[in-house]
Amino acid sequence: MIRFEDVSVTYDEAPEPAVQHVDFEVPEGELVLLVGPSGVGKSTVLGAVSGLVPHFTGGTLRGRVTVAGRDTRTHKPRELADVVGTVGQDPLAHFVTDTVEDELAYGMESLGLAPDVMRRRVEETLDLLGLAELRDRPIATLSGGQQQRVAIGSVLTPHPRVLVLDEPTSALDPAAAEEVLAVLQRLVHDLGTTVLMAEHRLERVVQYADRIVLLPSPGAAPAVGTPAEVMAYSPVYPPVVALGRLAGWSPLPLTVRDARRAAGELRERLADRPYPAHTPTPVPAAAVETPPAASRRPFRRTRPSPPPTPTSDTALEPTPTTTPRRLFRKTPPPPTTLCPAEVDALSVRRARVEALRRVTLTVSPGETVALMGRNGAGKSTLLGALVGLVEPAAGSVRVGGAVPHRTAPRDLVRRVGLVPQEPRDLLYADTVAAECAAADADAGAGAGSCRALVSELLPGITDDTHPRDLSEGQRLALALAVVLTARPPLLLLDEPTRGLDYAAKARLVGVLRALAAEGHAIVLATHDVELAAELAHRVVILADGEVVADGPTAEVVVASPSFAPQVTKILAPQRWLTVTQVREALR
Amino acid sequence: MHPSVAGMTERPAGWAVPWPRARGGWSRSSPRPYRFRGAGAPSTVHPGAWWVWSLGLGTAATRTTNPLLLGLLIGVAGYVVATHRTDAPWARSYSAFVKLGLAVLVIRLVFAVVLGSPIPGSRVLLTLPELPLPDWAQGVRVGGRVTVEGLVFALYDGLRLAALLICVGAANALANPARLLKSLPGALYEIGVAVVVALTFAPNLIADVQRLRAARRLRGRPDRGVRGLLQVGLPVLEGALERSVALAAAMEARGYGRTAEVPAAVRRTTAALTLGGLLGVCAGTYGLLTAAGGTYGLPVLLAGLAAALGGLWLGGRRSLRTRYRPDVWGVRAWLVAGSGVVVAGLLILASVSSGGSAALHPGVVPLVSPTLPLWPAAAVLLGLLPAFVAPSPPSPPSPPAGKPSEPVEPVAVKEPS
Repeated sequence: MIRFEDVSVTYDEAPEPAVQHVDFEVPEGELVLLVGPSGVGKSTVLGAVSGLVPHFTGGTLRGRVTVAGRDTRTHKPRELADVVGTVGQDPLAHFVTDTVEDELAYGMESLGLAPDVMRRRVEETLDLLGLAELRDRPIATLSGGQQQRVAIGSVLTPHPRVLVLDEPTSALDPAAAEEVLAVLQRLVHDLGTTVLMAEHRLERVVQYADRIVLLPSPGAAPAVGTPAEVMAYSPVYPPVVALGRLAGWSPLPLTVRDARRAAGELRERLADRPYPAHTPTPVPAAAVETPPAASRRPFRRTRPSPPPTPTSDTALEPTPTTTPRRLFRKTPPPPTTLCPAEVDALSVRRARVEALRRVTLTVSPGETVALMGRNGAGKSTLLGALVGLVEPAAGSVRVGGAVPHRTAPRDLVRRVGLVPQEPRDLLYADTVAAECAAADADAGAGAGSCRALVSELLPGITDDTHPRDLSEGQRLALALAVVLTARPPLLLLDEPTRGLDYAAKARLVGVLRALAAEGHAIVLATHDVELAAELAHRVVILADGEVVADGPTAEVVVASPSFAPQVTKILAPQRWLTVTQVREALR
Repeated sequence: MHPSVAGMTERPAGWAVPWPRARGGWSRSSPRPYRFRGAGAPSTVHPGAWWVWSLGLGTAATRTTNPLLLGLLIGVAGYVVATHRTDAPWARSYSAFVKLGLAVLVIRLVFAVVLGSPIPGSRVLLTLPELPLPDWAQGVRVGGRVTVEGLVFALYDGLRLAALLICVGAANALANPARLLKSLPGALYEIGVAVVVALTFAPNLIADVQRLRAARRLRGRPDRGVRGLLQVGLPVLEGALERSVALAAAMEARGYGRTAEVPAAVRRTTAALTLGGLLGVCAGTYGLLTAAGGTYGLPVLLAGLAAALGGLWLGGRRSLRTRYRPDVWGVRAWLVAGSGVVVAGLLILASVSSGGSAALHPGVVPLVSPTLPLWPAAAVLLGLLPAFVAPSPPSPPSPPAGKPSEPVEPVAVKEPS
């Protein structure tokens, strides 16, 4: 169906080909997964199928790509539109019209299908993807998972024989990802659609693949094989494979179910091993840097106060007016430690919708908290409230003793730092060096402190690199360094692993662990259950703006089937979370 | 729900074969179980009808300065918007238009106070210190007497403009602008898409600016002020450009711009007709506007227009596109559009008739209190017709009654491979 014959692609002004010696064939009706570390040219290979590479992107393609017998050399993308449906990484960039139904019809209109055919297919697709209730909705009002389904639906209606997807689930919560994958599975099984898909989160997709095309490193020729064959030597692999390799299972299991059947002996070996203590390392008080203005406030205050000013010394004296609330407080306020984050009965409204409802959360120094929950549950809003981007409608937020939305940004960066979902938003300058200089100035830190952090997090980045030329993981590290320049005791990360491969993720885990050990409190909003299991001491699950679970990681994720990491599922009822834990225990 | 949904999961085979559903009594001749058969998007009137209606009201607003009538017009437009507005993002523009109208009114009043008014008035409200201006600025006055008459005149005038703006806002709120562009002829379609994309560009740009200004706060820089806005300018434009390129790629991959093969003769005729037609329109307009060309102006203009339209029609044959559920101009659309046209027509009639003119333009000098003229007021009330004939939008949060609330989420079928 799709045939690559010794293809190499060189972009203009690039010294080396983005991919070379790509030579494989995807037979009709197969679901083929394209895997590999970041930057090996997965998107280039996908683009070559739809003809966007090189017709749209520019560059030189050597060799030949044929799709359903049509050579992409002689057919422009628009002339392949009836056989290839393409969905890119960002569904929002894909939409041409503004309502669900029009979007589904758009491709068919371009192809000139008869109105009654279009009508029938739109109805069928609405049912197939479970979108019937949303048919009249403006696309902008849909959740991430719904948007992704609309994007897939919009390329399905012209009945393409090939579907090309670039990271269809990486922005989705576990349940929405299952939804999308179930739809793909159905297309392949019921309708014989050929699917070629790239995805970083292998733990979600590898069990659905018929075959895997592995691009091991930039410029290397791809390896093709069944998932079990390729996973045996692939540099990227999901936790289930990691556990399989560790335990030496053969054949290598790819699904939790297969792994469970092989895991009896491993469970026995692990039965008498103690679980690792998954608690924050105690932090010496001196290690916690607190801003000078706040350190003079020994008492935790229960009422919102005006922004702290360096001259106010009221907190040093006992408050003359004792509020009734303080009288009823059972535990005395902790002595001198200042809470990096304290959220009390916080409610936030956004355009008539209650985004958060009476959320209470306290984060102590050195603790890592993972915020989880489906798309739109209020995770980003909570992070926004902690950095003062969102004003509370009720309740209070304290960050290192300050009220974030009333604190001047310059003071606030020394108490809390947020790495947003799109790290690029934080970067303005043309070069890494300029970015670091600006960060030092913003944070009032000594010259070179940001650059030192960058060198630590990102060895080998030269000063004159443009932030845009960095890979996703490198950009995240640069944004992290910029935020850390002010040494905030509280670090927030919104969806940090989106678009990161396993190696970049492992580096991030190392960096964040070291920061937590130094006494930074870390809160991360994430859909990545494996990351949460690896990193978090505590998991807080939000649903519809309310906290529905809050407890130690092991307890919360073990109790929830959709938030449990693969290792937990395999070794249940034992409570192991990650491959690392198992490896340590077996030692 | 459709009767055959239950059978969907065990549909024997595929996408390419005729649909079992289509065979099961869904042939084209039998009525389909849709709510609005053959209609455009359910529960909508043709967007053109809303525009005709609102422009009719707007035209009516330009014919009068009577504040009571203008208030009535604004009320009529507001009532219809309140009953028929959906929850869609474009429907929220109505309040923006209302605010714009108010701003226009206020600016008009401020100008009348500061710059004086040409209306000769006798009742002086207050006297502002007058700015002495050089001789060459004769006729311009800054400060000076502020008369009640001048203010009232400015108020009437501003109110008329505000009413016009609010009518346009009503059209924006009631009809999706993108749907109106869908009704363009085939040859203009690609321009229409460009306009739609441009229309979505602005809201996206605003969202980007807000996001990046928020990000400035994260860097510890002030997130307000002009400097903050300027510094995010470049990243915002970069982002907008990137998004446009991504959208262009998506459109290209989805078949945008596919053309049909047309004979060379047709292509040449199209080009000749379009070019000739446009030239004719230009020449005709020139003729009409100059004193000498009174005789040939109109015929040339009409001929040019006909040729250009012919070129458009022929050009449409190159486009393969078909329309999905095009909006139909039905009885309701006629009623909605008709009510607007009737309101405009009746007020124009009233304004030219000798008796009505005084009532439509209440005197300012001498100042008299405006009265509500009976017949024009009744005519304006005809504009309420759409509130009763147009179907009201479904209330978004709760599903329409009578529809069983079946779970529509696909069942997660996971099969180990």
